[in-house]
Amino acid sequence: MPVSPAEQRNMLRMMQIIRRFEERASQDFLAGKIYGVVHCYIGEEAVAVGVCSALRENDQIISTHRGHGHCIAKGADINRMMAELYGRETGYCKGKGGSMHIADFDIGMLGANGIVAGGIPIITGAAFAAQLTGAGGVAVCFFGDGASNAGSFHESINIAANWKLPIIYVCENNLWAVNTPASASMPIEDVATRAVAYGIPGIVVDGNDVLAVRQTAAHAVERARDGRGPSLIECKTYRHRSHTERATQADSRPPDEVSGWMEKDPIERLKETLKTQQGQLTNDEWESIDQEIIKLIDNAVTFADASPFPPAEAALEDVFAD
Amino acid sequence: MRIITYEDAILEAIAEEMRNDARIFHLSTDAPQPLVKEFGTARVRSAPIAESALTGMAIGAAGSGYRPIIDWRSVTFSFVAMDQVVNQVSKIHYMYGGQKSFPIVFRTKVGGGTRRAAQHSQSPYSMFMNLAGLKLLLPSTPYDVKGLLKTAIRDNNPVIVFESERLANYRGNVPDKDYCIPIGDADIKRPGSDVTIVALAWLVHEALEAATELAELGISAEVIDPRSLAPMDKKTLCQSVQKTGRLVVADEAGPTAGASAEIISIVTEDGPTFRTLKCPVRRVCALPVPVPYSPSLEDHVFPDKTQIIDAVIEMMGDTYPT
Repeated sequence: MPVSPAEQRNMLRMMQIIRRFEERASQDFLAGKIYGVVHCYIGEEAVAVGVCSALRENDQIISTHRGHGHCIAKGADINRMMAELYGRETGYCKGKGGSMHIADFDIGMLGANGIVAGGIPIITGAAFAAQLTGAGGVAVCFFGDGASNAGSFHESINIAANWKLPIIYVCENNLWAVNTPASASMPIEDVATRAVAYGIPGIVVDGNDVLAVRQTAAHAVERARDGRGPSLIECKTYRHRSHTERATQADSRPPDEVSGWMEKDPIERLKETLKTQQGQLTNDEWESIDQEIIKLIDNAVTFADASPFPPAEAALEDVFAD
Repeated sequence: MRIITYEDAILEAIAEEMRNDARIFHLSTDAPQPLVKEFGTARVRSAPIAESALTGMAIGAAGSGYRPIIDWRSVTFSFVAMDQVVNQVSKIHYMYGGQKSFPIVFRTKVGGGTRRAAQHSQSPYSMFMNLAGLKLLLPSTPYDVKGLLKTAIRDNNPVIVFESERLANYRGNVPDKDYCIPIGDADIKRPGSDVTIVALAWLVHEALEAATELAELGISAEVIDPRSLAPMDKKTLCQSVQKTGRLVVADEAGPTAGASAEIISIVTEDGPTFRTLKCPVRRVCALPVPVPYSPSLEDHVFPDKTQIIDAVIEMMGDTYPT
């Protein structure tokens, strides 16, 4: 199904929100206003936006340690996200989670997760719930190439395939697990090949082409909704930045590999397509979209910074539900 | 009142709750046939042997509005799901700021005496006691296991119910009518005035036999079953020790950093209770070795009523001068 120009512009805008959010998060992390650890998704925005644009509001997703993009693409409130990064009471987790643990169950975002492959069984359970409910809900599991080597991935995908659960496993293969190249961890070129072992479709897609991701995801989502079971989609992509934003973070990736992928920036690509091929975007229009986004992010920071830190005694709250 | 086995009491509790709440399902690597027969394979499902996936799936399904019961069977198998237990389920409510509750029951068999050697004779509940965010139950009678399991199923938090392997065929009175036992209430199984014996699981029954024999020697022993390890009923434990001035803890697990250590800490940290102690506290626990297979070896490793009686008699002769 063709994606309308208006929708493409929305997708472009969404990718730019993720980019600007993370540029600011990185800046504020290095300035000491955001604590702990920040993993940036910059360069991989097309995966989250392409996949989530194929979902309904009540469909569910789960994310990874590199989770800001998935949250934003699923519709999370960036004010509450930034407040969480700032460790404030108004954050999504009331300051208990931080960058690696943002969740919004009301929008079907079942959480970023600090454990590689940790979220895969959880979202598989959400898919099981969707199957039990029988209302056509679909689940999406985002994970990286590194997670596809872990046991939880294989356990979960086997169950999902066997029970025909309505789930799409979306591998964001950014070619590196921290500082280890995927080629040193897998004897195969494509993670998608692993689908063969579970008797489900395994598709490789250019993860920096948001329209291709969208189209592939839409097909898998339809399949899942129809009760035909899971798919494994491997999105080949790349992170522009090192594993985390820590100033001392080592980066073993060859500089020419990094610069080669920077040339394939997913935002630039869609922008150029809209501008030159479709005539649906002018430089001025883009400039005003970007300015509006920068303002959104500034507002999120203002909201976060104006929010109080949680009172110390709140550390004892929320261990248990009522 | 009826007399039924511990195992049947468990199945009754689950069936009664499942009849009342369609959100409950039971997932295990070997579905209990009586439950399959009544509820069908959609709600009582056998899954592949993939405990990490099953444990995580419970989280995702709970976060989607269901109330899963997962049977790990032997606690041995919970260890292959430890990421999901330690990193995910125990923390998820807190880490995400309490935005969603996760009502999950994990059933699992503990204890030795079944000649199954080291991997299938473990009582590692104290490893779970180390985690905030889990409720932990260790019932010792058909009455207790049914009433506590029903409460656990209705609880909005992850609850692990440790079922004693040795007690599976133990028979006891269970009311005909619906009843629940609150989590966190210890039970005084036998009142007494000279010594408090806090015993866990199978050792509750050994302690009761010990108390009968001690009575013949003129020693009045109070036997307390905490039933719930987290939360622990500090009040009942301290009140008893304040009355008797002597405490011995009997546990089928090893002593080191065990439930016995925690019980003793709770009691001795309480000033008014500590000041009433008439002699040093004692532990009667398994020897600190992996559980061996041969009957002559295994029976030497686990304590029974004889060790409890010996400990009490020694304590009576070791009373501080007043």
